[in-house]
Amino acid sequence: MKQQVDNLQEEFTLEQINELNEIIEKYRVEPGGIIPLLKETQDLLGYLPINIQKQISDKANIPLSRIYGIVTFYSFFTMTPRGKHTVKVCLGTACYFSGGKEIAETIEGEFRVKSGETTADRIFTYETVRCLGACGLAPAIVVDGEVYGRVKPSKVKEILEKYK
Amino acid sequence: MSLIDIIINDNKLKIEEGTTILDAAKEAGIKIPTLCAMPEFGFAPGSCRICVVEVVGMPALVASCTYPVREGLKIYTHSERVLRARKMTLEFLLANHPLDCMTCEKSGDCILEELAYSFGIKKSRFEQNREQIPLDETSPFIVRDLNKCVLCGRCIEICNEILQSHAINFGYRSSQVKIIADEDVDLRLSQCLSCGLCVVVCPVGALTDKAAQGKGRTWEFKKVKTTCNYCGCGCNFDLNIKEGKVAKVTSNPESIVNGIHLCVKGRFGYDYIHREDRLKTPLIRKNGKFEKASWEEAYQLISSKFTKIKKESGNDSLAVLSSAKCTNEENYLLMKFSRAVLGTNNVDHCARLCHSATVAGLAQAFGSGAMTNSIKEIADASAIYLTGSNTTENHPIIALEIKKAVTKNGAKLIVADPREIELVKYATLWLRQRPGTDVALFNGLMNVIIDEGLEDKEFIAQRTEGYEELKKTVLKYTPEVVEKITGVPAEDIRKAARIYATAPTASLIYSMGITQHTTGTDNVLSTANLAMLTGNVGKESAGVNPLRGQSNVQGACDLGALPNVYSGYQKVTDPQIQEKFSKAWGVDLSDKVGLTVVEILNAAYEGKIKGVFIVAENPAMSEPDLNHAREALKRTEFLVVSDIFMTETAEFADVILPGVTIAEKDGTLTNTERRVQRVKKAIEPIGEAKQEWRIISELAQKMGYNMSYNNPAEIMEEIAKLTPIYGGISYERLEKDGLQWPCIDVNHTGTKYLHKDKFSRGKGKFSAVEFKEAAELPDKEYPLLFTTGRVLYHFHTGTITRRSKGLDEICPEAFVEINPRDAKELKIENEDMVEVTSRRGKIKAKAQITEKSGKGVVFMSFHFHEAAANLLTNAALDPVAKIPEYKVCAVKVKKYQ
Ligand code: SF4
Ligand code: SF4
Ligand code: SF4
Ligand code: FES
Ligand code: FES
Repeated sequence: MKQQVDNLQEEFTLEQINELNEIIEKYRVEPGGIIPLLKETQDLLGYLPINIQKQISDKANIPLSRIYGIVTFYSFFTMTPRGKHTVKVCLGTACYFSGGKEIAETIEGEFRVKSGETTADRIFTYETVRCLGACGLAPAIVVDGEVYGRVKPSKVKEILEKYK
Repeated sequence: MSLIDIIINDNKLKIEEGTTILDAAKEAGIKIPTLCAMPEFGFAPGSCRICVVEVVGMPALVASCTYPVREGLKIYTHSERVLRARKMTLEFLLANHPLDCMTCEKSGDCILEELAYSFGIKKSRFEQNREQIPLDETSPFIVRDLNKCVLCGRCIEICNEILQSHAINFGYRSSQVKIIADEDVDLRLSQCLSCGLCVVVCPVGALTDKAAQGKGRTWEFKKVKTTCNYCGCGCNFDLNIKEGKVAKVTSNPESIVNGIHLCVKGRFGYDYIHREDRLKTPLIRKNGKFEKASWEEAYQLISSKFTKIKKESGNDSLAVLSSAKCTNEENYLLMKFSRAVLGTNNVDHCARLCHSATVAGLAQAFGSGAMTNSIKEIADASAIYLTGSNTTENHPIIALEIKKAVTKNGAKLIVADPREIELVKYATLWLRQRPGTDVALFNGLMNVIIDEGLEDKEFIAQRTEGYEELKKTVLKYTPEVVEKITGVPAEDIRKAARIYATAPTASLIYSMGITQHTTGTDNVLSTANLAMLTGNVGKESAGVNPLRGQSNVQGACDLGALPNVYSGYQKVTDPQIQEKFSKAWGVDLSDKVGLTVVEILNAAYEGKIKGVFIVAENPAMSEPDLNHAREALKRTEFLVVSDIFMTETAEFADVILPGVTIAEKDGTLTNTERRVQRVKKAIEPIGEAKQEWRIISELAQKMGYNMSYNNPAEIMEEIAKLTPIYGGISYERLEKDGLQWPCIDVNHTGTKYLHKDKFSRGKGKFSAVEFKEAAELPDKEYPLLFTTGRVLYHFHTGTITRRSKGLDEICPEAFVEINPRDAKELKIENEDMVEVTSRRGKIKAKAQITEKSGKGVVFMSFHFHEAAANLLTNAALDPVAKIPEYKVCAVKVKKYQ
């Protein structure tokens, strides 16, 4: 158990871990369902990585396969950390052919992420999407809901730098 | 429940209200196909919809496995509409299903294949190209091909609800849904216990038995129902035979003890039968080397040597070690051989090392040293006090009953164990006593019960004696005093006492953690005291229940492979008994109580015992203080060993005789709940090996004593005649469910629980016992307490389990469990090689750092010859039962450089 806590500490602060343990304890004493427990945990930590799932499994005595099953079933649970900002690159037909593909490649190369992943510094979560409904602006990207149109692959980095 | 009228396929039927349509149809002889439902486990999720039927008046078809019948219901099970719907469902199921029945292991036994055949579906109209899921072959026992999975959910239900193993579940969503193990890892890496029950219930070829791949089609096997030869649970199953070989083991739902359950050893641990290194001919040691010999030669040599020793040094310089792995018939013959042919009562077996304290203690308290109640009764107990038994690993099928009691029937479980065993998870209360302080803990519990007036006064007055004395003794053991001795908080002692004493039925279950102490008999007496104090003996779902280790350790005791009794615990010192056996066997018999296992080896060490005959035992691994035991075997003038493999003990022999496995012989075994069950010959003996019962009688014959039987059934007839508790037992009567002794005569149906209105000895006897410390305690030089046990995947000295490919693959090496705090002090990291030293020996093994072991306690299993735990253990004996103290000795641990 000690080792596991050490592992957790690499990712989370001691405060967060303590708070997590409090949440688990609350649900252990008064079982209110696994889903709310997981939801509260995700609200606290932002995501539900395997070692957190294991911690919950051990402490609350819930089978790991059950937790993992639920986490992978409901789309609002995520096992990858979210970055501060979300970058969506459109790979719909119009965007793809007018430079979307290159934008995606640039980001993937520059930030070393694949679709659905978060950069190591936790600044960006990068996703690719199908048609944003802004084909007129192709190629388009969206950062935290703000749409950027006619983006040149060479300019992507510049746009994102602003958010750092 | 009232009967109602329904109409199925235009036929009127009277049926109990609330029955499902599926069951109603079954009663009417109509077969409705099912995929997901398992009515025998109350599982009917209604998800596969292959079982749909038409109910007149209902707009949609209904799933018959969940739909209850009502008065006047009109049902069609095979109408055109129904068949069309079923066909459609099937085609959807087949849309993603690989069509490779020709090489699929499940073919011939697959529901999907059968349905596709009967509906004439060659190819699905909805064929899709779902992404292939890679085959998972990581488990040594189970192959998972999830591309064949129909998502019926049976495996999940079994693993989670029935077994409480919680290894698998559904994961992901929509078209990605699949069965996941833990966090979607390979089965081998998950918490799967490899029981294989999911393989049994899987209706298709998604889960199959790895070792059986390519060994034959279901229809080619001859099935022989027999009894497992590993542990005392006594599970039954079918050996599947093809071309004279055991191809695999499958569940037989007719098994009374276990139904379709089996543990990993029973289901997957029988590949040792056909190992190349089986002993196939007799071997005789010539000039220090073993040479092949004929049976005649071997018998001749043994006979002349034993006769010579007898003449020169007297009968009592010979001894026999019988075996808890051999059948009842063989144990009977061996003790007869010892007494009638060799003329000595020096016969014993390894029960001495595990449960002799039980036999001695419970005989003293109740008059009969066996589990008082039956396995199936455990599930209905309202409280269970479990102590000194890691049931999950050692008696897996009994652990299921305990879990059922807790999770399904709301029983309260109290675990008293120094280790954090798996069942602690299910416990209301866990008492972590310092090893070796059980008497104090029991006295503390009784102190509270008496103090709070929770004892069963009526039971005590009418059915017991010795109460006042007990009371006087336990009054000293207040919870506070006991806390100081045991380390268990006084408040927990009070709580546990109240739970146990106020439960309508409380079952006390224990195993070697209680017996393997110098105070073993005292411990057992304490269990009996506690049960009698609260009136928990002689009624259903209560009692004192020692779990016996090996498959036939109960039987070996019953049949008198003990130095002081004949079969049925009839004393050798009783002149009437002596006369009875003397007459039946046609020889004079000795009334001198013989030596026990440890004493025999000590005598051999001192040169007083000169000839020893050991059958299927491995004292060179199982004895405490191994260096001493091995030296004793070396010094034995003439040692004969019969076994199936070259064991550590056989290495010391002068003559080795090849015996057989249970697949090669007929006989009976008696499980821990006193149930005598059949073992059936399924294949011919390998090589020149012979059944042990033949070996013993042929050897007797050679030595001039007339011992001849055509088959083991005849031996059982003789046993029944001479042994009152087995009086009504015969092979015909054992056929279906076996019989639980006492079974007095042919009309007696056996005994589910003992001491109903009267104890075997008349009144139950309380014994006041004082706490005594273990013989060797940690000190400055050896600061840690060493304790031993077993793991799920191996059995006893590992002779056979370590020769099972899968079992050894999953658990290949010894480990020492150490508490994290001790590890830190000793600067030991997980998986470091460590050296463990006691006053008697030294071994090396990998460290496993875990909270399972309490601070100051190290634990190790004893299956591994390369790190034999018993090189360290203490041979100090319990004064009454002569059981050695395996559970407590002092050691020091350091990192191995
Ligand atoms: S083998 Fe047993 S423990 Fe493993 S997944 Fe199957 S049912 Fe569960
Ligand atoms: S693996 Fe077998 S039992 Fe489990 S869901 Fe799939 S088909 Fe059913
Ligand atoms: S080892 Fe014991 S629990 Fe396992 S199958 Fe054999 S008798 Fe049953
Ligand atoms: S394709 Fe990119 S917005 Fe439509
Ligand atoms: S068997 Fe009835 S729905 Fe599956």
